[in-house]
This record gives sequence, structure tokens and C-alpha cells, in this order.
Amino acid sequence: MGKMKLMKGNEAFAEAAIRAGCDAYFGYPITPQSEVMEYLAAQQPQLRTGMVLLQAESEVAAINMVYGAAGTGKRVMTSSSSPGISLKQEGISYLAGSQLPCLILNVMRGGPGLGTIQPSQSDYFQATKGGGHGDYRMIVLAPASVQEMSDFVKLGFELAFKYRNPVIMLSDGIIGQMMEKVELFEQVPRLTEFDQQWVTTGKTPDRERNVITSLDLDPARHERHNLKLQAKYQKMRENEVRFENIDCDDAEYLFVAYGSCARICQKSVKLARAKGIKVGLIRPVTLFPFPSEEIGRRAAKLKGILTVELSSGQMIEDVRLAVDGKVRVALHNRMGGMVPSPEEVVDALLKSFSIR
Amino acid sequence: MNEEIIIAGFGGQGVLSMGKILAYAGMTQEMEVSWMPSYGPEMRGGTANVTVILSDERISSPILNLFDTAILLNQQSMDKFESTVKPGGVLLYDPNGITRHPQRKDIRIFRVEAATESARMLSAKTFNMIVLGAYLKIKPLVSMDSVLKGLKDSLPERHHHLIPVNEEAVKRGMEIVKEL
Repeated sequence: MGKMKLMKGNEAFAEAAIRAGCDAYFGYPITPQSEVMEYLAAQQPQLRTGMVLLQAESEVAAINMVYGAAGTGKRVMTSSSSPGISLKQEGISYLAGSQLPCLILNVMRGGPGLGTIQPSQSDYFQATKGGGHGDYRMIVLAPASVQEMSDFVKLGFELAFKYRNPVIMLSDGIIGQMMEKVELFEQVPRLTEFDQQWVTTGKTPDRERNVITSLDLDPARHERHNLKLQAKYQKMRENEVRFENIDCDDAEYLFVAYGSCARICQKSVKLARAKGIKVGLIRPVTLFPFPSEEIGRRAAKLKGILTVELSSGQMIEDVRLAVDGKVRVALHNRMGGMVPSPEEVVDALLKSFSIR
Repeated sequence: MNEEIIIAGFGGQGVLSMGKILAYAGMTQEMEVSWMPSYGPEMRGGTANVTVILSDERISSPILNLFDTAILLNQQSMDKFESTVKPGGVLLYDPNGITRHPQRKDIRIFRVEAATESARMLSAKTFNMIVLGAYLKIKPLVSMDSVLKGLKDSLPERHHHLIPVNEEAVKRGMEIVKEL
């Protein structure tokens, strides 16, 4: 075991960025993720690894800087919170269309609009179902601890380059602001070898010109491009589903929750089991691809599923698709920056399924 | 061992740093720790609070609404959190500025005159360390050595010369805390 550090989620993300060999971070500050750039600025990554740190003039500028830098084959990232991520959506669609790898962090706060600076999970649809225009998907990683705010940076870059696709970490104000112990991974060297098959680093006589664009005015060719993208997303569904099961084996009821809500539900599992209720927790770690198969195969043996979300109920739609009517799926949710207590979640379970 | 604590008071009283030092100290003793602050506008002059959990096991929810210990340092916090102490739990408070004292009979109530004491020590900034000392007298979960290590880890180096006066403050807090 390496040395344990006590850090905020946002700080652990920033430190992990440097250690993962990130080449450039472009961003614009917003609560509750401002510590990312604050931490990076204090660390002077340009001296530690040569990583570029740039505060752009806006979120729109930042995501387009990501587009440009990603086109040269570099490991690049940006981060923001909900309203800022909305501003980035056009750029994200272009990144997906042009098949450019990058890592994006959303430390979600309540919406719609400017909303609140308090935690929320109401950007689930935006992250998992598109967000920008066009048929595209991103791999969506949902950290539930400060440790995962660090670990998923490395994983996120690996996946982004494996699929030449944007990867988003969907976190929230709780995970971003809280401090926990974290074991940081060793420094990874910055990328110096480029995959010459696609990067635009200057044409050499021995290869064709590489063009990075999302525009193609020939419909037949553009359909082929779309089919290729869809095949790639299918590969993600087959290979990249990640989840965690807690006390599921003998469970009659299940909580399904991700991120901060999964942490709250872990306590609810303990409280409910102390009352003799056999409940478990499935925590989706990837929200796209969603662990539909895992939830679906357990459905027939269950008496009920409660999804717990800081939204009006977004992930619940994917859970309902996964169980295909085999078991009733209920929702317990809070919105606008409010957070349920573990006891409140247990009460909701009892009420939803008339458990005595 | 699983100790769930809320520390609440005015922004500027050192509520968040006190929680941080406690978390660092717990980590020094290889406990699992979490530190979850209230964040946002309340940090600029209004009320501030932080939930700290020290445990032998992996910590589940960092957000709680019932606590083993509440450390309450102004009237608003008293109004909001007195009812959140688990039966048999501990409420520690500074009577300075408190008009409605705690009423509950099913918990242990302790008083520390930290504001008065820090004025006497001519160092208002030691206020939170006096309170921490009082807490550690009631629940000696972390040692003085770990607290000093916590101070060292959480304070920027330019403030390290203040560690001795903070140590003094922790000891004062241990001496002056009273159970009601």
C-alpha cells in the first residue's frame, strides 16, 4: 500500500490528472468543482510534468480547445459543473462525431438553469443519452468515493483511447467536496508516441493526409460513418459494463443507486438488514454502458427494486428497461440540492413495498 | 468503533478546520475517515457545518441526520442540531452567545467556555482547538500525538510556528470542559 492522503474529491481528480500523464487541462471555474483548477494551479503541472493548464475565456472555448488538442493525439481533459457542461454540449457532439478521445468531468449541481450549487444527479439523461445533437454515446463513469475520483481518471483515459471516444466522469457536489483517504497511483509518463493512423501532427511523405472532422456531405458515406460509430458503442456495451454488488446474494429487495446516493444506500442496507429486511445494493459504476443484464437477471427473484436518485427519476428508466416488467420498480428521490438521509431511504423502501 | 460527529457554528470559527484536523488525526491512527462540509454561501459569514466520521470499517454514507456527537457553537446550530443527537449521545457546546440552552434529558451535555478562554489566552484563533480538546477529553478516540500530526499535515508550513500554542489550547480545552 502506498501512502494514504486525505483529499477532497475534486483535488484527488486534479492530482490524478497530473499523475495519469495528462497533457493539457482546459477549463473555466464553477462551483462545486472549482478546486480542480485551484489545485492544478497550485501544483504548477507545467513544472511537474510539462502538462498545460489553461483557464479559457468560457466553457465553450475550453471544450473546443479540448477538440483541437485531442486531434493531435494528446491526453486532454476539461471539467465543469452542470450549467457549464450544458455549454460544452456542442463541442462534445463534435468530439464524438470526430472520434476524438478526451476526459470530461461533471461535478453535478442542481438545475435546471443556474439552479443551485448544491449536489444533484439530474444530468443523468444528458450524460447517458446524448446531451448534444446526433446519435452518439460516451462511456459514463460514476465515482462514489474520493478514491474513485482518482482511479477513474486513469481508467477514463485508457477507455477514451481504446475507443477513440469522449469519456465522462459523472460526479456530484458531495463526492467533489468531501474529503476521504485516497491512495494515489504512481506517475504515468506523458504520452509521447502518437497513433499516426489518425492524428494531425503534420503529414509526412510516407502516409496519406489525416483529416479530423465531423462533417461529411455525402449521405451514403455519412451513414457508413454512423454505422461504424454504432458498432463501436455496441462493443462498449459488450465489454465495458462495470458495477458493484453489495449484499445481493440473499436479497429480496434491491436498491439501485450510483455515486453519492450509492454511499447513502450502503448505510440504508445496514439499517434495513438490522430490521430483518433482506435488501442489497447494485451500484452501477458505468452508467453507459448500463449494467442492464445484471439487474435483469436478478429481477425475477426479487419482491421490489427502489432506485434512489438526486433527480426527478432518470436512471429509473434504464432500470425499468432492464427488468422488463418482471418486478415493480419504485423511486425515492430528492431534488434541488436536497439529499436523503439513510433512514429516509429505508422508510421509502418500507412504504413503497408495504413491508411491515 | 464508529463515531459520527457534526460540528456546527459560524463561518470563521474554525469549524471546518477543526473537523479536518480530527480527520487527519484519525487517519494517522489508520482509521477510516470522512469529512463532508456544508459548502456555498454559508461559508462567507453565515453558518458552517461539517460531518466527520471516524470508523474501523469502510464508511458508507458521508451524509447523516443522526449523530453520536454534536459540537454546537452558535444558537442557530443549537436550534438545528440538538434534536439530531442519538439517544445516549453527546452534545458539546460553548455557552457564549447561547440564549436557549440544550433541553434534552436523554443525552450527555457538556459545556466548554472556549470563546472566553481563547480571549484569556489572547489568541482568538485557538478557539476551535480548545473545543477540540474538550471533545477529546469526552471521547479520547485520537491521541494528542495524532492531533499534532494532523495540525502539521493540514496547516501550511508558514503557520507551523503556531502549533505549540494550538497544543496548549487543546490541553486547556481538556481541563475546562464540564459535564452538566
